[in-house]
Amino acid sequence: MALPVAFFALFFAWPVAAIVARGLKVDGAWQFGRITDVLTQPDIRHVLWFTTWQALASTALTLLLALPAAHVFARLDFPGKQLLRAVVTVPFVLPTVVVGTAFLALVGRGGLLDEVGGVRLDTTVWAILLAHVFFNYAVVVRTVGGLWAQLDPRQEEAARMLGASPFHAWRKVTLPALAPAVAAAALMVFLFTFTSFGVVQILGGPAFSTLEVEIYRQTSEVFDLSTAAVLTLVQFVAVGAILAVHAWTVRRRETPLRLVASEVTARRPRGAGQWALLAGVLATIALLLVLPLAVLVRRSLDAPGFGYYRALMNADGGTFLVAPIHAVWTSLQYAVAATVIAVVIGGLAAAALARRDAGRLVRGFDALLMLPLGVSAVTVGFGFLIALDKPPLDLRQSWILVPLAQALVGAPFVVRTMLPVLRAVDGRLREAAAVLGASPWRVWREVDLPLVRRALLVAAGFAFAVSLGEFGATVFIARPDNPTLPVAVARLLSRPGDLNYGQAMALSTILMVVCAAALLILERLRTDRTGEF
Amino acid sequence: MHKKTLVAAAVGLGLISLSACGTSETKSSSADSKTVTLVSHDSWAVSKSVLDDFEKQSGYKVHVLKDGDAGQAVNKAILTKDNPQGDVFFGVDNTLLSRALDNGLFESYTAKGLDKVGAAYQLDQAQHRVTPVDYGDICVNYDKAYFGKHKLTPPQSFADLAKPEYKNLLVTENAATSSPGLGFLLGSAAQFGDQGWQDYWKKLKANGVKVVDGWEQAYYQEFSGSSEGRKAGGDRPLVVSYASSPPAEVIYAKKRPSTAPTGVANGTCFRQIEFAGLLSNAKNPKGAKAFIDFLVSREFQEDMPLNMYVYPVLKGAKVPAEFTAYGPAAQHPETMAPGKIAANRDQWVKSWTSLVLK
Repeated sequence: MALPVAFFALFFAWPVAAIVARGLKVDGAWQFGRITDVLTQPDIRHVLWFTTWQALASTALTLLLALPAAHVFARLDFPGKQLLRAVVTVPFVLPTVVVGTAFLALVGRGGLLDEVGGVRLDTTVWAILLAHVFFNYAVVVRTVGGLWAQLDPRQEEAARMLGASPFHAWRKVTLPALAPAVAAAALMVFLFTFTSFGVVQILGGPAFSTLEVEIYRQTSEVFDLSTAAVLTLVQFVAVGAILAVHAWTVRRRETPLRLVASEVTARRPRGAGQWALLAGVLATIALLLVLPLAVLVRRSLDAPGFGYYRALMNADGGTFLVAPIHAVWTSLQYAVAATVIAVVIGGLAAAALARRDAGRLVRGFDALLMLPLGVSAVTVGFGFLIALDKPPLDLRQSWILVPLAQALVGAPFVVRTMLPVLRAVDGRLREAAAVLGASPWRVWREVDLPLVRRALLVAAGFAFAVSLGEFGATVFIARPDNPTLPVAVARLLSRPGDLNYGQAMALSTILMVVCAAALLILERLRTDRTGEF
Repeated sequence: MHKKTLVAAAVGLGLISLSACGTSETKSSSADSKTVTLVSHDSWAVSKSVLDDFEKQSGYKVHVLKDGDAGQAVNKAILTKDNPQGDVFFGVDNTLLSRALDNGLFESYTAKGLDKVGAAYQLDQAQHRVTPVDYGDICVNYDKAYFGKHKLTPPQSFADLAKPEYKNLLVTENAATSSPGLGFLLGSAAQFGDQGWQDYWKKLKANGVKVVDGWEQAYYQEFSGSSEGRKAGGDRPLVVSYASSPPAEVIYAKKRPSTAPTGVANGTCFRQIEFAGLLSNAKNPKGAKAFIDFLVSREFQEDMPLNMYVYPVLKGAKVPAEFTAYGPAAQHPETMAPGKIAANRDQWVKSWTSLVLK
């Protein structure tokens, strides 16, 4: 427990507190009057309202579209399932600049919807909502699907034997067991969409503004740190409230479950209903997720003989001192480091939180760990700058700062994916092992680990994906000139000319492939024999 | 927390340091007087050979830190001015200059060779706290094919853009978040005056100006003159971009065309000048001064245009042929004193937002 707390305090709480204090303290006196000043502005109130309702709508829509997919991935077996699981995670790592562009091909002028039905959604709220679904689909599929795959289907079957309809059995048996995972997924999606930045800007146009955009503007453009500080506090309060609601709903639902190996729960689809469900889910994925990605890939191939890809190999001296392709290597290194940090920190935190005797303090820490998802990257970046500037902790020019910042975002994922599974492990197993003389470490290794290995890998996959696609912190932290993939993409996109645009698309395609490959490898890492009891 | 878990954590952290072995570890340079650290924005670029020359001649190793976009980089430099991240800063432009100077970001230094730099670019003549390095123009670009096809003369001035024959043709960027968007607003304020610009924008709005969030979207999605915009079905033949965009269209084309597909509306430009300065409390002021001299040297000034798509401030520095042929710098760009920009900018952006976006 000590390590996650220290990590969190040092790399999150302290920098954010430092930057907020800088904004709200004038000559050593707190200016709390600023809070009411800012909050009474109609513009700010409007921004708050929009931020909240679009996040709620996005979350609802994502759950609606992704829960059936979670079921299909958990319960049905079909060829190409692993590949598809990796593919649905790809959107999650793409830089928003690229996603915006790809998405316009779907909902924008001359896009698919325009050609088919004459519908254009760009600069409407619908485009924002759909893009949020595109981004967060994987969050639901992976967190909910991960647990669902390990639920014992025989319980539901028993209910059916006793005369319950399929839906009724699902509602009474499976849904309650899934509730914590669904709530966790909903929470993450909400936090992501609540702090959405790029998507809202690109697809919504300048008429829509979220709290995150406003904080960015006040910090980067206007340099009004006191307004930015107030808005950061507002974001804190909002996110804190959401976390409280979440904790309250989940706490009454978590019960030990019978977990079984996921390999035995999936079956080939049977009957018209299951086939129809599978077809529906595949169609949704094809339209909403694969199509925009396909547009990107097609654009990256527009030059004859893979011209754009070949252009990536040479440093043009100007935009890049090294060939853009080098960014792949940089990104992978950061991602590995960030994943290790996130899994260690998140894993330790989850283990501490899962203990039945965890006190109130520990539970409070659970909520705190989620806060980094709800604080804008620009706040954290500026905070790092003024907090971590003195030896022995002058990390401002150290490369480690980037994976550390990415791990801040990754660790909550690790906690959220591991916790439902860890809490579902029956404590009596541990007690039995302890009674038989196993040391606590051995209990963890022999009882918990086999059961949570899968969740651990899912979590690691998330942390890796988060790091690979992470753009905010990477941009806000000063770094020596070796760009990561998303940064390189943004840099190419910020210049006129066909070749630059093409290279940006090619690099985005490489990012997708790298991400999908990494996730596939993680899937393969699963040993075939998950614990047998 | 069990002792064993601590061991596991230590192992994990050990792994992290191992995974770091591959990264090009650049040591923090503060104490090292043989290194000079440049803090800049993300667009900083220089040819490797040119930078190598500087390192050879001066004996300093250059360490570059990129710190976000221009606004962020300046703001962060101000936040850390008592304990700066580097020795020299490049990339503060005239829209941000007052903020940097008023906050005491830079120390005075008169660069060697400053006498060969155009006086018009030297905005801190009295104290030389900043040295001009490059300039660029934010201008409306037009799609030659569209105007040729419709037998229409491209617009030439701010006033033209509000005329009925150009209805629904212009796309610009959000002045609140995009630097060309802000430049275009400042250009109109310089042209029409503190009060007049609002009337002008009302006319523009009535004439169907479209506002998108950033330059990438305006140029690559909405503008019909860029190759990508054409593919995306962009239907706006006028876009707020840079005077150097047409040369870039040519240089980065898949197949090099004989003429640029886009042109610049010469009377719609706003001039941006970028400066470098010696950071107050720099650990290596000598190195910083040498680097500033290098920035206004002929070698750097002639290398710069094709790297950053800006124009040199050094008199007699050669500009690449593509620039002179397809995108010469504007003849009579609008300008505005940095102090005036600083005083009005936030208020103007606010008024502009409620006027144009609401």
